[in-house]
Amino acid sequence: MSHHIVEVRDLQHTYPDGTHALRGVSFLIHHGESVAIVGANGAGKSTLLQHLNGYLMPTAGQVRIGDLPLTRKTMPEIRRTVGMVFQDPDDQLFMPSVYDDVAFGPLNLDLPGEEVDKRVIRALETVEALHLRDRPPYKLSGGQKRRVAIASVLSMAPDILVMDEPSSGLDPRARNQLISLLATFRHTKIIATHDLDLVLDLCERTIIIHEGQVMADGPTTEIFGNTELLSASHLEKPLRMQGCPVCS
Amino acid sequence: MPAIDTGFYDISHLDTLAAQDSVIHRLDPRAKVLTTLCFVLAVVSCDSHAVSQLMPFFFFPLFLIVLGNLPVLYFCKKLILLSPFVLFIGIFNPFLDRTVMLHIGPMAVSGGWLSFFSIFLRFILTVSVAFLLVATTGFTAVCMALEKLGAPKVFTVQLLFLYRYIFVLVDEGVRMVRARALRCFNGRGTGLHAFSQLIGSLLLRTLDRAQRIHMAMQCRGFRGDIRLNRQLRIGRPEILFMAGNLLFFLLVRIYNVPQLLGTFLLERSL
Repeated sequence: MSHHIVEVRDLQHTYPDGTHALRGVSFLIHHGESVAIVGANGAGKSTLLQHLNGYLMPTAGQVRIGDLPLTRKTMPEIRRTVGMVFQDPDDQLFMPSVYDDVAFGPLNLDLPGEEVDKRVIRALETVEALHLRDRPPYKLSGGQKRRVAIASVLSMAPDILVMDEPSSGLDPRARNQLISLLATFRHTKIIATHDLDLVLDLCERTIIIHEGQVMADGPTTEIFGNTELLSASHLEKPLRMQGCPVCS
Repeated sequence: MPAIDTGFYDISHLDTLAAQDSVIHRLDPRAKVLTTLCFVLAVVSCDSHAVSQLMPFFFFPLFLIVLGNLPVLYFCKKLILLSPFVLFIGIFNPFLDRTVMLHIGPMAVSGGWLSFFSIFLRFILTVSVAFLLVATTGFTAVCMALEKLGAPKVFTVQLLFLYRYIFVLVDEGVRMVRARALRCFNGRGTGLHAFSQLIGSLLLRTLDRAQRIHMAMQCRGFRGDIRLNRQLRIGRPEILFMAGNLLFFLLVRIYNVPQLLGTFLLERSL
Protein backbone atom coordinates (compact mmCIF):
# COMPACT_ATOMS: atom_id res chain seq x y z
CA MET A 1 0.00 0.00 0.00
CA SER A 2 1.46 3.31 -1.01
CA HIS A 3 -0.67 5.16 1.54
CA HIS A 4 0.80 7.05 4.50
CA ILE A 5 4.33 6.82 3.21
CA VAL A 6 6.60 9.64 4.25
CA GLU A 7 9.30 10.18 1.71
CA VAL A 8 12.02 12.76 2.11
CA ARG A 9 14.43 13.05 -0.78
CA ASP A 10 17.64 15.07 -0.65
CA LEU A 11 15.97 17.66 1.55
CA GLN A 12 17.95 20.84 2.10
CA HIS A 13 17.01 23.90 4.04
CA THR A 14 18.81 27.18 4.48
CA TYR A 15 17.40 29.77 6.85
CA PRO A 16 17.27 33.41 5.77
CA ASP A 17 20.24 34.15 8.04
CA GLY A 18 22.36 31.69 6.03
CA THR A 19 22.36 28.71 8.42
CA HIS A 20 22.42 25.43 6.52
CA ALA A 21 20.14 23.51 8.85
CA LEU A 22 19.61 20.55 6.53
CA ARG A 23 22.16 19.45 3.95
CA GLY A 24 20.54 16.68 1.97
CA VAL A 25 18.40 14.39 4.12
CA SER A 26 16.75 11.35 2.56
CA PHE A 27 14.65 8.58 4.06
CA LEU A 28 11.49 6.60 3.48
CA ILE A 29 9.02 5.73 6.22
CA HIS A 30 6.29 3.16 5.58
CA HIS A 31 2.78 2.79 6.84
CA GLY A 32 2.56 1.96 10.53
CA GLU A 33 6.26 2.33 11.21
CA SER A 34 7.42 4.01 14.39
CA VAL A 35 10.61 5.93 13.80
CA ALA A 36 12.78 7.93 16.18
CA ILE A 37 14.74 10.92 14.95
CA VAL A 38 17.63 11.55 17.31
CA GLY A 39 20.59 13.86 17.25
CA ALA A 40 22.47 16.49 19.20
CA ASN A 41 21.05 19.94 19.93
CA GLY A 42 21.03 21.95 16.74
CA ALA A 43 21.45 18.89 14.52
CA GLY A 44 18.42 19.88 12.45
CA LYS A 45 15.70 17.70 13.97
CA SER A 46 13.17 20.45 14.50
CA THR A 47 13.81 21.92 11.06
CA LEU A 48 13.24 18.48 9.58
CA LEU A 49 9.96 18.02 11.46
CA GLN A 50 8.69 21.40 10.34
CA HIS A 51 9.03 20.26 6.74
CA LEU A 52 6.82 17.24 7.26
CA ASN A 53 3.65 19.29 7.36
CA GLY A 54 4.74 22.19 5.28
CA TYR A 55 5.39 24.85 7.87
CA LEU A 56 8.77 25.24 6.21
CA MET A 57 9.25 24.70 2.50
CA PRO A 58 12.39 22.91 1.26
CA THR A 59 15.16 25.07 -0.17
CA ALA A 60 15.97 22.05 -2.35
CA GLY A 61 14.77 18.47 -2.47
CA GLN A 62 11.34 17.01 -1.98
CA VAL A 63 8.92 15.81 0.67
CA ARG A 64 6.11 13.41 -0.23
CA ILE A 65 3.33 12.41 2.13
CA GLY A 66 1.30 9.48 0.84
CA ASP A 67 0.66 10.13 -2.82
CA LEU A 68 1.11 13.87 -2.57
CA PRO A 69 4.20 15.96 -3.02
CA LEU A 70 4.42 18.83 -0.55
CA THR A 71 3.36 22.01 -2.36
CA ARG A 72 1.30 25.03 -1.39
CA LYS A 73 -1.70 23.42 -3.08
CA THR A 74 -1.54 20.10 -1.26
CA MET A 75 -0.80 21.71 2.09
CA PRO A 76 -4.33 21.51 3.61
CA GLU A 77 -4.61 17.79 2.84
CA ILE A 78 -1.09 17.14 4.14
CA ARG A 79 -1.76 19.06 7.33
CA ARG A 80 -4.78 16.90 7.98
CA THR A 81 -2.80 13.72 7.34
CA VAL A 82 0.18 14.72 9.44
CA GLY A 83 -0.64 15.57 13.04
CA MET A 84 2.06 17.60 14.72
CA VAL A 85 2.53 17.62 18.51
CA PHE A 86 4.75 20.46 19.63
CA GLN A 87 7.40 20.43 22.31
CA ASP A 88 5.76 23.09 24.47
CA PRO A 89 2.05 22.33 25.03
CA ASP A 90 1.50 26.00 25.85
CA ASP A 91 2.19 26.74 22.19
CA GLN A 92 -0.25 24.12 21.05
CA LEU A 93 -3.11 24.74 23.44
CA PHE A 94 -4.09 28.27 22.51
CA MET A 95 -7.85 28.11 23.00
CA PRO A 96 -9.67 29.14 26.17
CA SER A 97 -10.81 25.64 27.13
CA VAL A 98 -9.69 22.08 26.52
CA TYR A 99 -12.84 21.32 24.54
CA ASP A 100 -12.42 24.33 22.27
CA ASP A 101 -8.83 23.42 21.69
CA VAL A 102 -9.52 19.84 20.65
CA ALA A 103 -12.41 21.10 18.47
CA PHE A 104 -10.23 23.70 16.74
CA GLY A 105 -8.85 21.39 14.05
CA PRO A 106 -12.13 19.60 13.16
CA LEU A 107 -13.98 22.94 12.98
CA ASN A 108 -11.41 24.21 10.53
CA LEU A 109 -12.04 21.08 8.45
CA ASP A 110 -15.63 22.36 8.10
CA LEU A 111 -17.12 19.29 9.77
CA PRO A 112 -20.70 19.57 11.04
CA GLY A 113 -21.22 20.38 14.73
CA GLU A 114 -22.26 16.90 15.94
CA GLU A 115 -19.36 15.23 14.14
CA VAL A 116 -16.96 17.71 15.75
CA ASP A 117 -18.45 16.94 19.14
CA LYS A 118 -18.14 13.19 18.56
CA ARG A 119 -14.53 13.52 17.51
CA VAL A 120 -13.58 15.72 20.43
CA ILE A 121 -15.08 13.29 22.91
CA ARG A 122 -13.44 10.30 21.26
CA ALA A 123 -10.04 12.03 21.18
CA LEU A 124 -10.29 13.08 24.82
CA GLU A 125 -11.38 9.57 25.82
CA THR A 126 -8.40 8.07 24.02
CA VAL A 127 -5.98 10.13 26.09
CA GLU A 128 -8.13 9.69 29.23
CA ALA A 129 -8.73 13.41 29.61
CA LEU A 130 -12.47 13.71 29.08
CA HIS A 131 -12.94 15.00 32.62
CA LEU A 132 -10.77 18.02 31.75
CA ARG A 133 -12.98 19.18 28.90
CA ASP A 134 -14.13 22.47 30.42
CA ARG A 135 -10.88 23.40 32.12
CA PRO A 136 -8.76 26.23 30.80
CA PRO A 137 -5.36 24.94 29.59
CA TYR A 138 -3.37 27.12 31.99
CA LYS A 139 -4.81 25.19 34.92
CA LEU A 140 -3.60 21.78 33.74
CA SER A 141 -0.51 19.95 34.96
CA GLY A 142 2.36 19.20 32.59
CA GLY A 143 1.21 15.63 31.99
CA GLN A 144 -2.41 16.68 31.42
CA LYS A 145 -1.33 19.40 29.01
CA ARG A 146 0.65 16.86 27.01
CA ARG A 147 -2.34 14.51 26.79
CA VAL A 148 -4.65 17.26 25.69
CA ALA A 149 -2.10 18.43 23.11
CA ILE A 150 -2.10 14.91 21.69
CA ALA A 151 -5.91 14.83 21.71
CA SER A 152 -6.02 18.14 19.84
CA VAL A 153 -4.17 16.40 17.02
CA LEU A 154 -6.02 13.07 17.21
CA SER A 155 -9.36 14.82 16.69
CA MET A 156 -8.32 15.57 13.11
CA ALA A 157 -7.90 11.81 12.52
CA PRO A 158 -4.36 12.03 11.18
CA ASP A 159 -2.60 9.02 9.65
CA ILE A 160 0.83 10.15 10.71
CA LEU A 161 1.80 11.52 14.12
CA VAL A 162 4.85 13.71 14.36
CA MET A 163 6.04 14.52 17.87
CA ASP A 164 8.76 16.85 19.05
CA GLU A 165 10.20 15.83 22.42
CA PRO A 166 7.00 14.24 23.74
CA SER A 167 8.53 13.30 27.09
CA SER A 168 10.26 16.57 27.95
CA GLY A 169 9.19 18.14 31.21
CA LEU A 170 7.20 15.13 32.42
CA ASP A 171 7.68 13.41 35.76
CA PRO A 172 8.59 9.70 35.62
CA ARG A 173 5.04 8.46 36.06
CA ALA A 174 3.55 10.86 33.51
CA ARG A 175 6.34 9.83 31.15
CA ASN A 176 5.53 6.15 31.59
CA GLN A 177 1.83 6.78 31.07
CA LEU A 178 2.63 8.70 27.91
CA ILE A 179 4.76 5.84 26.61
CA SER A 180 2.03 3.27 27.19
CA LEU A 181 -0.50 5.62 25.56
CA LEU A 182 1.66 6.11 22.49
CA ALA A 183 2.27 2.36 22.29
CA THR A 184 -1.46 1.82 21.73
CA PHE A 185 -1.56 4.08 18.67
CA ARG A 186 -1.56 2.41 15.28
CA HIS A 187 -0.52 5.57 13.47
CA THR A 188 2.74 5.98 11.66
CA LYS A 189 4.83 7.71 14.32
CA ILE A 190 7.80 9.98 13.88
CA ILE A 191 9.30 11.05 17.21
CA ALA A 192 12.15 13.51 17.61
CA THR A 193 13.64 13.13 21.07
CA HIS A 194 16.65 13.01 23.36
CA ASP A 195 14.95 10.40 25.52
CA LEU A 196 16.62 7.28 24.13
CA ASP A 197 14.90 4.99 26.62
CA LEU A 198 11.58 6.11 25.20
CA VAL A 199 12.94 5.28 21.77
CA LEU A 200 13.77 1.75 22.97
CA ASP A 201 10.17 1.33 24.11
CA LEU A 202 8.38 2.80 21.13
CA CYS A 203 10.47 2.82 17.98
CA GLU A 204 11.79 -0.14 16.09
CA ARG A 205 13.73 2.14 13.77
CA THR A 206 16.03 5.08 14.47
CA ILE A 207 17.43 7.79 12.25
CA ILE A 208 20.37 9.77 13.58
CA ILE A 209 20.67 13.30 12.25
CA HIS A 210 24.03 14.95 12.60
CA GLU A 211 24.90 18.40 11.27
CA GLY A 212 21.99 18.43 8.88
CA GLN A 213 22.61 14.98 7.42
CA VAL A 214 21.49 11.43 8.05
CA MET A 215 24.31 9.86 10.03
CA ALA A 216 22.66 6.47 10.44
CA ASP A 217 19.33 4.85 9.69
CA GLY A 218 18.44 1.36 10.88
CA PRO A 219 16.94 -0.87 13.58
CA THR A 220 17.04 0.84 16.95
CA THR A 221 18.81 -1.97 18.81
CA GLU A 222 21.53 -2.11 16.19
CA ILE A 223 22.14 1.63 16.26
CA PHE A 224 22.13 1.90 20.03
CA GLY A 225 24.61 -0.98 20.18
CA ASN A 226 27.15 0.99 18.18
CA THR A 227 28.96 3.07 20.79
CA GLU A 228 31.31 4.78 18.32
CA LEU A 229 28.47 5.91 16.10
CA LEU A 230 26.59 7.28 19.09
CA SER A 231 29.49 9.25 20.49
CA ALA A 232 30.35 10.61 17.05
CA SER A 233 26.83 12.07 16.93
CA HIS A 234 27.00 13.44 20.52
CA LEU A 235 24.72 10.74 21.92
CA GLU A 236 25.03 8.08 24.57
CA LYS A 237 23.57 4.64 24.99
CA PRO A 238 20.17 4.64 26.64
CA LEU A 239 20.49 4.17 30.40
CA ARG A 240 18.86 0.77 30.21
CA MET A 241 21.60 -0.50 27.91
CA GLN A 242 24.40 0.83 30.11
CA GLY A 243 25.82 -1.33 32.86
CA CYS A 244 24.37 -0.73 36.30
CA PRO A 245 26.67 1.65 38.20
CA VAL A 246 25.72 0.09 41.54
CA CYS A 247 25.81 -3.64 40.99
CA SER A 248 28.36 -4.07 38.21
CA MET B 1 6.37 39.70 42.86
CA PRO B 2 3.64 38.33 45.10
CA ALA B 3 1.28 41.21 44.28
CA ILE B 4 1.12 40.40 40.59
CA ASP B 5 0.90 36.70 41.35
CA THR B 6 -2.12 37.04 43.57
CA GLY B 7 -3.69 39.41 41.08
CA PHE B 8 -3.68 36.63 38.58
CA TYR B 9 -5.01 34.00 40.90
CA ASP B 10 -7.87 36.43 41.20
CA ILE B 11 -8.64 36.24 37.50
CA SER B 12 -9.00 32.51 37.83
CA HIS B 13 -11.28 33.10 40.80
CA LEU B 14 -13.58 35.02 38.46
CA ASP B 15 -13.45 31.97 36.21
CA THR B 16 -14.55 29.71 39.03
CA LEU B 17 -17.44 32.01 39.79
CA ALA B 18 -18.40 32.00 36.12
CA ALA B 19 -18.48 28.20 36.10
CA GLN B 20 -21.44 28.13 38.51
CA ASP B 21 -24.91 27.16 37.45
CA SER B 22 -27.65 29.68 38.24
CA VAL B 23 -30.53 31.38 36.50
CA ILE B 24 -28.25 34.22 35.51
CA HIS B 25 -25.38 31.96 34.46
CA ARG B 26 -27.66 29.96 32.19
CA LEU B 27 -28.79 33.00 30.20
CA ASP B 28 -27.44 33.49 26.70
CA PRO B 29 -24.27 35.62 26.94
CA ARG B 30 -25.56 37.97 24.26
CA ALA B 31 -28.55 38.93 26.39
CA LYS B 32 -26.27 39.70 29.32
CA VAL B 33 -23.79 41.69 27.25
CA LEU B 34 -26.54 43.78 25.67
CA THR B 35 -28.30 44.42 28.97
CA THR B 36 -25.04 45.42 30.62
CA LEU B 37 -24.28 47.78 27.77
CA CYS B 38 -27.69 49.43 28.07
CA PHE B 39 -27.23 49.70 31.83
CA VAL B 40 -23.89 51.47 31.43
CA LEU B 41 -25.36 53.83 28.84
CA ALA B 42 -28.31 54.67 31.09
CA VAL B 43 -26.05 55.33 34.08
CA VAL B 44 -23.50 57.39 32.20
CA SER B 45 -26.10 59.51 30.43
CA CYS B 46 -27.65 60.81 33.70
CA ASP B 47 -27.27 64.46 34.65
CA SER B 48 -23.82 65.35 35.99
CA HIS B 49 -25.23 66.26 39.42
CA ALA B 50 -27.51 63.24 39.68
CA VAL B 51 -27.17 61.43 42.97
CA SER B 52 -30.60 60.40 44.13
CA GLN B 53 -31.59 59.42 40.60
CA LEU B 54 -28.69 56.93 40.46
CA MET B 55 -29.76 55.09 43.59
CA PRO B 56 -32.41 52.81 42.02
CA PHE B 57 -29.80 51.60 39.53
CA PHE B 58 -28.20 49.65 42.37
CA PHE B 59 -31.04 47.18 42.11
CA PHE B 60 -29.55 45.71 38.94
CA PRO B 61 -26.14 44.67 40.38
CA LEU B 62 -27.92 43.45 43.52
CA PHE B 63 -30.30 41.44 41.38
CA LEU B 64 -27.32 39.83 39.58
CA ILE B 65 -25.47 39.11 42.83
CA VAL B 66 -28.47 37.49 44.49
CA LEU B 67 -29.69 35.43 41.55
CA GLY B 68 -26.16 34.65 40.37
CA ASN B 69 -25.11 33.37 43.80
CA LEU B 70 -22.03 35.61 43.96
CA PRO B 71 -20.01 36.75 46.98
CA VAL B 72 -20.77 40.42 47.73
CA LEU B 73 -17.65 40.99 49.81
CA TYR B 74 -15.38 39.87 47.01
CA PHE B 75 -16.80 42.51 44.68
CA CYS B 76 -16.65 45.20 47.37
CA LYS B 77 -12.95 44.50 47.79
CA LYS B 78 -12.40 44.78 44.05
CA LEU B 79 -14.18 48.13 43.99
CA ILE B 80 -12.20 49.49 46.94
CA LEU B 81 -8.98 48.49 45.19
CA LEU B 82 -9.98 50.44 42.11
CA SER B 83 -11.58 53.41 43.83
CA PRO B 84 -8.45 55.61 44.24
CA PHE B 85 -8.37 56.13 40.48
CA VAL B 86 -11.87 57.54 40.55
CA LEU B 87 -11.24 59.65 43.64
CA PHE B 88 -8.49 61.41 41.74
CA ILE B 89 -10.79 62.13 38.81
CA GLY B 90 -13.41 63.82 40.96
CA ILE B 91 -11.37 65.18 43.87
CA PHE B 92 -11.14 68.76 42.54
CA ASN B 93 -14.82 69.18 41.74
CA PRO B 94 -15.75 70.40 45.27
CA PHE B 95 -13.11 73.15 44.99
CA LEU B 96 -14.04 74.25 41.51
CA ASP B 97 -17.82 74.33 41.82
CA ARG B 98 -18.88 76.00 45.07
CA THR B 99 -22.42 77.06 44.18
CA VAL B 100 -24.75 75.76 46.85
CA MET B 101 -27.32 73.45 45.37
CA LEU B 102 -28.80 71.64 48.31
CA HIS B 103 -29.38 71.99 52.04
CA ILE B 104 -29.39 68.94 54.26
CA GLY B 105 -30.50 70.31 57.60
CA PRO B 106 -28.02 73.06 58.48
CA MET B 107 -25.42 71.78 56.01
CA ALA B 108 -25.06 73.37 52.54
CA VAL B 109 -23.97 71.04 49.79
CA SER B 110 -22.20 72.56 46.80
CA GLY B 111 -22.57 71.42 43.19
CA GLY B 112 -18.96 70.24 43.29
CA TRP B 113 -19.67 67.74 46.03
CA LEU B 114 -22.76 66.53 44.22
CA SER B 115 -20.89 65.92 40.97
CA PHE B 116 -18.10 64.24 42.93
CA PHE B 117 -20.55 61.82 44.51
CA SER B 118 -22.22 61.35 41.20
CA ILE B 119 -18.94 60.33 39.58
CA PHE B 120 -18.23 57.97 42.44
CA LEU B 121 -21.63 56.31 42.25
CA ARG B 122 -21.35 55.92 38.51
CA PHE B 123 -17.98 54.27 38.94
CA ILE B 124 -19.36 51.79 41.46
CA LEU B 125 -22.34 51.00 39.27
CA THR B 126 -20.57 50.55 35.95
CA VAL B 127 -17.48 48.75 37.22
CA SER B 128 -19.40 46.38 39.45
CA VAL B 129 -21.70 45.48 36.60
CA ALA B 130 -18.73 44.83 34.32
CA PHE B 131 -17.24 42.53 36.98
CA LEU B 132 -20.59 40.83 37.41
CA LEU B 133 -20.91 40.29 33.69
CA VAL B 134 -17.61 38.39 33.61
CA ALA B 135 -18.43 36.54 36.84
CA THR B 136 -21.77 35.32 35.53
CA THR B 137 -20.75 34.68 31.95
CA GLY B 138 -17.03 33.95 31.72
CA PHE B 139 -14.54 35.89 29.66
CA THR B 140 -14.65 33.54 26.69
CA ALA B 141 -18.41 33.67 26.43
CA VAL B 142 -18.36 37.47 26.63
CA CYS B 143 -15.92 37.53 23.69
CA MET B 144 -18.09 35.09 21.79
CA ALA B 145 -21.19 37.17 22.43
CA LEU B 146 -19.39 40.33 21.28
CA GLU B 147 -18.44 38.60 18.07
CA LYS B 148 -21.97 37.33 17.44
CA LEU B 149 -23.26 40.84 18.08
CA GLY B 150 -21.06 42.14 15.30
CA ALA B 151 -17.86 43.29 17.02
CA PRO B 152 -14.87 43.03 14.67
CA LYS B 153 -13.31 39.57 14.66
CA VAL B 154 -9.80 40.91 15.06
CA PHE B 155 -10.86 42.52 18.29
CA THR B 156 -12.54 39.46 19.81
CA VAL B 157 -9.75 37.10 18.78
CA GLN B 158 -7.23 39.48 20.34
CA LEU B 159 -9.20 39.44 23.57
CA LEU B 160 -9.36 35.64 23.58
CA PHE B 161 -5.63 35.32 23.07
CA LEU B 162 -4.93 37.99 25.63
CA TYR B 163 -6.86 36.02 28.20
CA ARG B 164 -5.21 32.74 27.29
CA TYR B 165 -1.63 33.98 27.23
CA ILE B 166 -1.59 36.60 29.95
CA PHE B 167 -0.93 33.75 32.38
CA VAL B 168 1.97 32.44 30.34
CA LEU B 169 3.37 35.95 29.92
CA VAL B 170 3.13 36.83 33.61
CA ASP B 171 4.70 33.51 34.48
CA GLU B 172 7.61 34.19 32.18
CA GLY B 173 7.97 37.75 33.44
CA VAL B 174 7.91 36.67 37.07
CA ARG B 175 10.57 34.05 36.42
CA MET B 176 12.83 36.61 34.75
CA VAL B 177 12.39 39.10 37.57
CA ARG B 178 13.18 36.37 40.09
CA ALA B 179 16.29 35.36 38.15
CA ARG B 180 17.43 38.98 38.22
CA ALA B 181 16.63 39.47 41.90
CA LEU B 182 18.73 36.43 42.82
CA ARG B 183 21.79 37.93 41.18
CA CYS B 184 21.40 41.50 42.41
CA PHE B 185 23.59 42.59 45.32
CA ASN B 186 23.60 45.83 47.26
CA GLY B 187 21.05 47.37 44.96
CA ARG B 188 23.29 46.95 41.95
CA GLY B 189 21.56 45.52 38.90
CA THR B 190 18.10 46.61 39.94
CA GLY B 191 18.30 49.85 37.97
CA LEU B 192 16.41 51.03 34.96
CA HIS B 193 19.08 49.80 32.58
CA ALA B 194 18.75 46.15 33.60
CA PHE B 195 14.99 46.53 33.66
CA SER B 196 14.81 47.81 30.10
CA GLN B 197 16.88 44.87 28.92
CA LEU B 198 14.63 42.50 30.81
CA ILE B 199 11.56 43.96 29.14
CA GLY B 200 13.32 43.77 25.79
CA SER B 201 14.09 40.10 26.10
CA LEU B 202 10.57 39.44 27.31
CA LEU B 203 9.34 41.03 24.09
CA LEU B 204 11.67 38.84 22.00
CA ARG B 205 10.52 35.73 23.80
CA THR B 206 6.93 36.73 23.23
CA LEU B 207 7.54 37.20 19.52
CA ASP B 208 9.14 33.76 19.39
CA ARG B 209 6.19 32.24 21.13
CA ALA B 210 3.77 34.06 18.84
CA GLN B 211 5.53 32.47 15.91
CA ARG B 212 5.28 29.00 17.43
CA ILE B 213 1.61 29.48 18.24
CA HIS B 214 1.00 30.62 14.69
CA MET B 215 2.70 27.45 13.48
CA ALA B 216 0.51 25.34 15.77
CA MET B 217 -2.59 27.06 14.43
CA GLN B 218 -1.54 26.58 10.82
CA CYS B 219 -0.91 22.91 11.48
CA ARG B 220 -4.51 22.55 12.47
CA GLY B 221 -5.94 24.24 9.44
CA PHE B 222 -6.30 27.83 10.67
CA ARG B 223 -7.50 30.07 7.85
CA GLY B 224 -8.14 33.37 9.51
CA ASP B 225 -11.08 32.81 11.78
CA ILE B 226 -11.50 31.09 15.09
CA ARG B 227 -14.63 29.05 15.45
CA LEU B 228 -16.23 27.73 18.57
CA ASN B 229 -18.54 24.77 18.56
CA ARG B 230 -21.33 26.12 20.70
CA GLN B 231 -24.96 26.81 20.12
CA LEU B 232 -26.37 30.05 21.43
CA ARG B 233 -30.09 30.45 21.82
CA ILE B 234 -32.19 33.45 22.71
CA GLY B 235 -35.32 32.01 24.27
CA ARG B 236 -38.04 33.14 26.63
CA PRO B 237 -35.85 33.63 29.73
CA GLU B 238 -33.47 35.85 27.73
CA ILE B 239 -36.27 37.98 26.34
CA LEU B 240 -37.82 38.29 29.78
CA PHE B 241 -34.48 39.23 31.33
CA MET B 242 -33.71 41.85 28.70
CA ALA B 243 -37.17 43.35 28.43
CA GLY B 244 -37.64 43.54 32.19
CA ASN B 245 -34.29 45.13 32.85
CA LEU B 246 -34.41 47.55 29.91
CA LEU B 247 -37.83 48.71 30.99
CA PHE B 248 -36.51 49.25 34.50
CA PHE B 249 -33.49 51.20 33.24
CA LEU B 250 -35.69 53.37 31.05
CA LEU B 251 -38.04 54.11 33.91
CA VAL B 252 -35.26 54.98 36.32
CA ARG B 253 -33.42 57.01 33.71
CA ILE B 254 -36.41 59.15 32.69
CA TYR B 255 -38.02 59.67 36.10
CA ASN B 256 -36.21 60.50 39.29
CA VAL B 257 -37.88 57.69 41.19
CA PRO B 258 -36.59 58.51 44.72
CA GLN B 259 -37.71 62.14 44.32
CA LEU B 260 -41.15 61.15 43.05
CA LEU B 261 -41.49 58.64 45.85
CA GLY B 262 -40.43 61.29 48.38
CA THR B 263 -42.94 63.93 47.22
CA PHE B 264 -45.66 61.29 47.03
CA LEU B 265 -45.05 60.17 50.62
CA LEU B 266 -44.77 63.76 51.89
CA GLU B 267 -48.09 64.72 50.29
CA ARG B 268 -49.75 61.68 51.85
CA SER B 269 -48.50 62.57 55.30
CA LEU B 270 -49.47 66.22 55.07
